Amino acid sequence: MKPVLHNKSTNLPVLLPFRPGAATWDARDWAGLATSKRFGLALALVLISWLLIDTAYAQMVGAQGQTVWETIVKWTPLMFLGPEGEFGGFVLNIVVSFIAMALGTFLGLWLGLGQVSPNRFIRRSAWAITQLFRNSPWLVLLFYFMLLIPFFIRIGDTRIEISGWTKATFALSLPIMANVSEIVRGSIASIPTGQWDSAESLAFSRSQTLWRIILPQCIKRMIPPWMNWYCILTMSTPLVSILGVNDGMTLTQDALAAEGRSEYLIPMYLWLMSWFFIYSYPIALLTRKLENRFAVNQ
Amino acid sequence: MDTIAEFFLWLKEAHGIKLTIFYDELDRTRFLSGVWTTIHLSFVCVVASIVIGIAGAWLQTSPLVWIRRIINAYIAFFRNTPPLVQLYFFYFAVDSALSGLFGIRGGLLGSYGWAVIALSFFAGAFNTEIFRAGIEAVPKSTIEGAQSLGYSRFQIYRYITFPLAYRVCLPALNNNLINLVKTTTVAYAIAVPETLYISNQIWSDEYNVPEMMNVVWIVYLVLVGVLVWMMHRWEKAIRVPGFGQ
Repeated sequence: MKPVLHNKSTNLPVLLPFRPGAATWDARDWAGLATSKRFGLALALVLISWLLIDTAYAQMVGAQGQTVWETIVKWTPLMFLGPEGEFGGFVLNIVVSFIAMALGTFLGLWLGLGQVSPNRFIRRSAWAITQLFRNSPWLVLLFYFMLLIPFFIRIGDTRIEISGWTKATFALSLPIMANVSEIVRGSIASIPTGQWDSAESLAFSRSQTLWRIILPQCIKRMIPPWMNWYCILTMSTPLVSILGVNDGMTLTQDALAAEGRSEYLIPMYLWLMSWFFIYSYPIALLTRKLENRFAVNQ
Repeated sequence: MDTIAEFFLWLKEAHGIKLTIFYDELDRTRFLSGVWTTIHLSFVCVVASIVIGIAGAWLQTSPLVWIRRIINAYIAFFRNTPPLVQLYFFYFAVDSALSGLFGIRGGLLGSYGWAVIALSFFAGAFNTEIFRAGIEAVPKSTIEGAQSLGYSRFQIYRYITFPLAYRVCLPALNNNLINLVKTTTVAYAIAVPETLYISNQIWSDEYNVPEMMNVVWIVYLVLVGVLVWMMHRWEKAIRVPGFGQ
């Protein structure tokens, strides 16, 4: 076999770098989750409380002679999918959370690597950016970007409109970026320094050590806190409603305003909350499961 | 004070940077009252959420399975629903339902009261888990050691479990409390006159959105920064060498 040139300083690598590829969890976990007692119990609880609320409110009849349940059924498509032909509703919350998480993770990975850079200037500035966005309230960041990014930008003759939810997604990705950066820095710091030394003695370059030896081990430790932040992000997406984006929260309030009856307040808010709960609770359970599995036994 | 006001007046004349809070008496007063509201809202919520956390962690050790289940349900509910929706739920739905129940006109509590309740229960759910983890982290052998030395159950809790547990959970607790201070901005949504809400009023009146936006950001960074610094000092001061970490 021809020796592979891994590093300009040597062509005699003692060991070929480890190739990451093995999945950190598999279908078993998802299957286990679906059949898990806790999740089943929570789901049953949500359903039972729904039935109770429905029967409790069944006698109450609204303005157009409809029961609470009918009102909820009537408004659900709007709350879930947004106004017809527009992007909005609960779906918007989920899409925003996906995009903000992807963007935040990508930026945060690089920022986190910047925090462990041997270059002092890069290290300091990455640290400063991380602290800046980690310590700012999400709502302030949202206001900042919603009010200070223009509605459209002009590149040459083309006018590019920037929709409200795009700006909101960008604003939400920044605190995620900062927290992912801390997760990356923390997990790199948690790898014993002996690993760096032995990689060096095996003639790996710094970037090889980082990408092929240190980071693959970090992924395992990063996944539970990363998932936790995804939950926190999803729980923060209704904040965009304060700035007038047509998300599930805004549309729920619109529906309540249209009905104008205070008996609908509790069922409607609980209905919206149960969507978030059903979406987020399995992720929280899986996070805890992975945390337990990856925990180092002392 | 006058020289500061003059400088900012000059800044407005020369560069069009309208930092009214430094030279306009009315704006300054209401801005400072907004910052003060943020500070005492944060303080009340921090204290209340710690009390809820301690009570929750204690109830979780209850021998009655239903009490443990209720606490677990409380934690799951507040952790997995959006804080903003919780706030609206309390302020609009629970308030109107309760005042309807008791026949009170004009609502039970103001926006400030409901903000305290919603935010404290929200942060309290996280605190409960943090305290429980701290108590569980105390090694069993340590407690057995104390038992063999003739400590009573209360003495073990007072002198062994609690001092160790609170050192273990302090970093996580600090993170959560800092998070709580940042979350107080959500009270904007129900018109609690805190920093962000007041600043919004000021920039609507004075048309100085970019200036006020930067001021708000800096104010929060300073508030959170002071808290982070204090908590770090505290963490360092009570560290037991060789424990935790």
